[in-house]
Amino acid sequence: MLLASLLAVGLTATACSAPGEDRSSTQKSDAAVKTELGTDPITLEMYAETGFPLAKALADEFSKQHSNVKFNIREDQFTVIVENAPRVMASDNSPDIIRLPTMADLVKDDLLKNLDPYFTAYGWDKFPASQLMQLRVGENTRGSGSLYGMGLGYSVTGVFYNKKLAAQIGMTQPPATVAEFEDLLAKAKTGGVQPIMQFNKNTAGINFPHQALQNQFGDPTQVADWIFQKPGATFDTPAALKATQTIQKWAQAGYFPKDANALDYAGMVGEFQKGNGLFMFNGDWESANLDKAMPGNVGFFLFPTESPGGKHVAMSAPNTFGVSAKAKNPDAAAYFLNWVHTNAKAREISVTVGGSSPGGPSDLPVPSAAPNTVLAETLKASQQLGAENGAVDFTANATGGIFAAAITPEMQKLIAGQQTPEGYVKAVQAEYQKELSR
Amino acid sequence: MTSALGSAPTGRDSRRARPIPTRAHRFRWARAAGTGWLYVLPALVMYAVFVLRPLALTLQYSLYNWNGIGVARWVGLENYLTVFTDSDLLKIIGNAIVLIVFFSFIPVALGLLVASMVRRITTGAFGTVVRTILFLPQVIPLVAAGIAWSWLLSSNGLINQVLRALGLGVVARAWLGDFDTALPAVGVIGAWVLLGLCTILLVTGMSKIDPALYEAARLDGAGPVREFLAVTLPSLRQEIGVCLTVTIIAALASFDIVYISTSGGPGLQTTVPGLEIYRLAFSQRQVGLASALAVVLMLLVLACVLPIQRLSRGEKP
Repeated sequence: MLLASLLAVGLTATACSAPGEDRSSTQKSDAAVKTELGTDPITLEMYAETGFPLAKALADEFSKQHSNVKFNIREDQFTVIVENAPRVMASDNSPDIIRLPTMADLVKDDLLKNLDPYFTAYGWDKFPASQLMQLRVGENTRGSGSLYGMGLGYSVTGVFYNKKLAAQIGMTQPPATVAEFEDLLAKAKTGGVQPIMQFNKNTAGINFPHQALQNQFGDPTQVADWIFQKPGATFDTPAALKATQTIQKWAQAGYFPKDANALDYAGMVGEFQKGNGLFMFNGDWESANLDKAMPGNVGFFLFPTESPGGKHVAMSAPNTFGVSAKAKNPDAAAYFLNWVHTNAKAREISVTVGGSSPGGPSDLPVPSAAPNTVLAETLKASQQLGAENGAVDFTANATGGIFAAAITPEMQKLIAGQQTPEGYVKAVQAEYQKELSR
Repeated sequence: MTSALGSAPTGRDSRRARPIPTRAHRFRWARAAGTGWLYVLPALVMYAVFVLRPLALTLQYSLYNWNGIGVARWVGLENYLTVFTDSDLLKIIGNAIVLIVFFSFIPVALGLLVASMVRRITTGAFGTVVRTILFLPQVIPLVAAGIAWSWLLSSNGLINQVLRALGLGVVARAWLGDFDTALPAVGVIGAWVLLGLCTILLVTGMSKIDPALYEAARLDGAGPVREFLAVTLPSLRQEIGVCLTVTIIAALASFDIVYISTSGGPGLQTTVPGLEIYRLAFSQRQVGLASALAVVLMLLVLACVLPIQRLSRGEKP
């Protein structure tokens, strides 16, 4: 009785207004921006990804060069940042610089600072336009419009391989076509070597090879349009279907680990380091780690093209950081982001600590990595991809919920034979439409 | 002074027989009651702020389409309609009901068996050791239990190694990653965690049973089974009620074990409402739908637990 009446009181008290706030009036004018750091003491609040030491290393170097700027860094796992970001940014203690999950929702809710004035002030038009394309959000679509983020390094994905196992099955050089790659998979299988070490628990790691195939089997612009939510774009394409059929064929042939659905990312990397797998689809963020764990024994190549001599296409994305709309020091935050791309020491840290290309103006040299390392190979691949203009964002970034709600469970079903390739592409598209219509 | 009620005698004696509510008395009673409320007030405020208010807010949110930040849109009962018609969400609720068997019935049944066997050794050092070992799973954080069992159940884990050593290699599989075995495997982890709690509760209950009852049963020629059915089981009614209540809530509201061991996969095979509420609210930013599912889950818990509460107290349902 007491409970019911208190509940009733609570309900009446809370039912007066709809939850949420209209933030459209809170956005401040972006007209005047400063490109001077000044000498006043500043503490920049940063919300970064744990296990990704680049942000901290860059912050330390920045403080060394600019003694009036201190950093207060809060770290969380990326999935936690994805879940927390909107609320953290809407709070009164919003960080200045934040590692971003998918951006479109944050822009829609007016939580991210529009960086266009800094783009002009710092002359970021000297960067290759494709480098910042993924960080632009326009009216209901990504890939064009205003700039809302910058990369702390620009990652590239491909295939790592175990050199000893490769030699064992007679692989002398990276495959030049998808067919050659499939030949190597078959050879590994018959030779008693696990062909691909890939995780598929909690987040679908098999989406990496899936998109690598999808990028090759059709026009990658189609994939990019879908990720950027261009009107009329669909996942239900012949290319995606063929990629899904190939993945199912690989699963049935035993090319993925038998327990892929119970294997998580750390497990995958651990198994690969133990020599349990010829190939691993992954990104250059793992290069420095692999150089340490299995020195001299890892190679890397961009996923091969379907026909010989074709254009390489790879999932490649900036390690995106943005400035919160509620940032207390937005000018200093933008100064830091510009410094990361242009300062020689910062660019070197991006390569040696982050393992990724530092981006920035095309006329600046890319610092070199130590020879005979996989880091040097991923860096070369990144430059090759830039030259071929073949970078495509991750399909997992299409909407806030697509990875968790559709790609992961459906991919798990697919490789266990519980879902058909046709069913897979339709299920992913259905969830996409459901989210966009909200 | 007011007159006494009914036929109650008046005067000095009557006061001793039955207090007459005078103004002074009423004031004193009110003051006493007020003082009582004052003692309860801090707890009541906390309860109202941290339990009732969120509950009310959840009810309110469940009527909106809201991403947690922007302006919410009123949708009435649409979210509830989704909960009851979306095949994925129905499957997820079904998973929780399957888990009741593992989290609740198995630990209680096994707990009764184990308690009957160990009740005679509850005293002394040996008894303490037995109780500690039995209670250990309860002390270990669920996250640690989930991780440890993930290792045990992995394709190269101890359980599969044992199976292979016994020549049962064909049975070996990635228990938590297989569509057929993932949910039972998660259930086994839950059963292991909750068995200790049930056993200890039941052993304590058994120690309170009057030995004369067993003596009488034996004199009447009852064997151990008859003794168990006629004496032990009826005497443990309340303890079994508590066990069932706690374990059914654990099954329906499970989160940690599932999150750690399978993250709800493969597919939606082990996704439970607790996990889905968290995902809907924080990953997919559908706070309204998450709230509606939370309200349905609360009602489901009440629907399962209230009858058990009444039955175990001996009242007619």
